[in-house]
Amino acid sequence: MAEAAELMEESAGYASGGEYVLHHLGFLTFGKTHDGHWGFAHTEEEAADMGFWSIHVDTMGFSLLLGLLFLGLFRSVSKKMTSGVPGGLQNAVEMIVEMVQNSVKTSFQGNNAFIAPLALTIFCWIFLMNLMDLVPVDIIPLIAQTIAGDSHIFFKSVPTTDVNITAGFSLAVFILIIYYSIKIKGLGGFLGELAFHPFGKAALPLNLVMEVPAFLAKPVSLALRLFGNLFAGEVIFLVIALLGWYQLPLHFVWAVFHILVIVLQAYLFMMLTIVYLNQAHQHH
Amino acid sequence: MNLNATIFGQIFAFFVFAWFCMNYVWPPIVKALEERQKRIADGLEAAGRASKDLELAQERAAEMLKEAKTSSAGIIDQANKRANQIIDEAKEKAREEGNRLKAGAQAEIEQQLNQAREQLRQQVAVLAVAGAEKILESSVDAKAHEEMLSRLASSL
Repeated sequence: MAEAAELMEESAGYASGGEYVLHHLGFLTFGKTHDGHWGFAHTEEEAADMGFWSIHVDTMGFSLLLGLLFLGLFRSVSKKMTSGVPGGLQNAVEMIVEMVQNSVKTSFQGNNAFIAPLALTIFCWIFLMNLMDLVPVDIIPLIAQTIAGDSHIFFKSVPTTDVNITAGFSLAVFILIIYYSIKIKGLGGFLGELAFHPFGKAALPLNLVMEVPAFLAKPVSLALRLFGNLFAGEVIFLVIALLGWYQLPLHFVWAVFHILVIVLQAYLFMMLTIVYLNQAHQHH
Repeated sequence: MNLNATIFGQIFAFFVFAWFCMNYVWPPIVKALEERQKRIADGLEAAGRASKDLELAQERAAEMLKEAKTSSAGIIDQANKRANQIIDEAKEKAREEGNRLKAGAQAEIEQQLNQAREQLRQQVAVLAVAGAEKILESSVDAKAHEEMLSRLASSL
C-alpha cells in the first residue's frame, strides 16, 4: 500500500494531499462531451457537464465483474453440488446460503420463492463490492492508468463508494416493494395504507404527510447508508495513504476495523431488503 | 457525486443477476441441502432402529441362554436319575443272578446227595445180602429174595 501510494505521489506528482484524495474520488466517466461527440471525461468539470446520460465505466464495470464473479462461483458450486460430504468451497457456499435462508425464514412471513435468492444476490454482491475497499487504494487506479497510458485518468474500483451503484440497488428494491405491495394488496390497498394510516380516514392529509416520507425514506436510507459507510472508509484509506511510512500500521488497523463494516453493511442491506419486502407482503 | 445513467445500468444488472440466481444458483444448492438433511434424518432413524433391534436381540439372547441353562440342568438331572436307575437295575439283576446261581448249585448238591444216598443204600443192600449169606452160609436165591431185599434197601 505504502509503496504504491508513494510511487503514485512521485510519478503522478500531485500538487497537494487534497488533490491526491480528490483525484482518487473521481470516476472514469463516459458520455457526450461539450462538442457533441461521445468519449471519456478528462476532468471533474467535463464529467459534470455530461449530465445524467453518462455512465461511470469504472464502478459499473467492477460491479458487473463482481456480480459475475459471484454468480459464476456459486453456479459452478451448485452444478457440482452433492448431498454427501461437502468439499471446502461447497462448505463455504452452503454456510452463506444457510445464513441467508435463516435470515429469510425468521424475517419474512410471506410465501415468495424470489426473496431468498434475491437476498443471497444482494448479500454476496454487496459484500464483494465492499471487499474491493480492502485492495490497497492505489493499485487498481495505477493498473488502469498504466493500461490507458495516461497517468491522470480517474479510476475508482470500489463500486459501493459510488452513490449511483447503491442507489441502483435501493431503487431496484424500491421497485420490488411497490410491485409486491400492489400485487398482494392491490393498488387500492397499497394507496390506502399510505392514506388511511395511522389516524384513520378523517386525518387523510396528516396520514399522507407522515406515511409518504416514511415510505420514500426507505430507498434513500438504504442507498445512503451503504454509500456513506463505504465512502467514509475509502476517504480514510486515502488520507492514511498520505502519511508516508506511518501509513503501514494505520492501514492495517483501519483495514481490520473495516472488515467489520464491509460484512455488516452487506448484511444490513440484505436484512432491510427482507424486512421491507416482508412489510410489502403484509396486510394491515 | 453526480447521479447519472449508471443507476439504470445497476438496476438492470441487479434484476438480471437476481433472476439468474433464482433460476440457476439457488435451487440446486437448496435441493442438495434438503437432500442431505433427509439423508441425515434417515441415518439417525436407522441408527435408532438398529440400537433398538440390538437391545431386543440382546434380550432374546439372554432369554435363550436362561432357557438353555434350565433345560441343560433338567437334562443333567434326568441323566443322573437314569444313571442311578441303571445302577439299581444292574444291582438287582446281579443279585437275582447270584440267587439263581446259588439255587442251581444247591439243587445240584441236593441231587448229588440223593444220588450218593441211593448208591449207598444199594451198596448197603448188597453188603447186607452178602452179610446174610455169610451168616447163613448158604447162598440165597437172589431171585427169591429180591423183593425182600429191595424192600430192605428202600427202608434204609
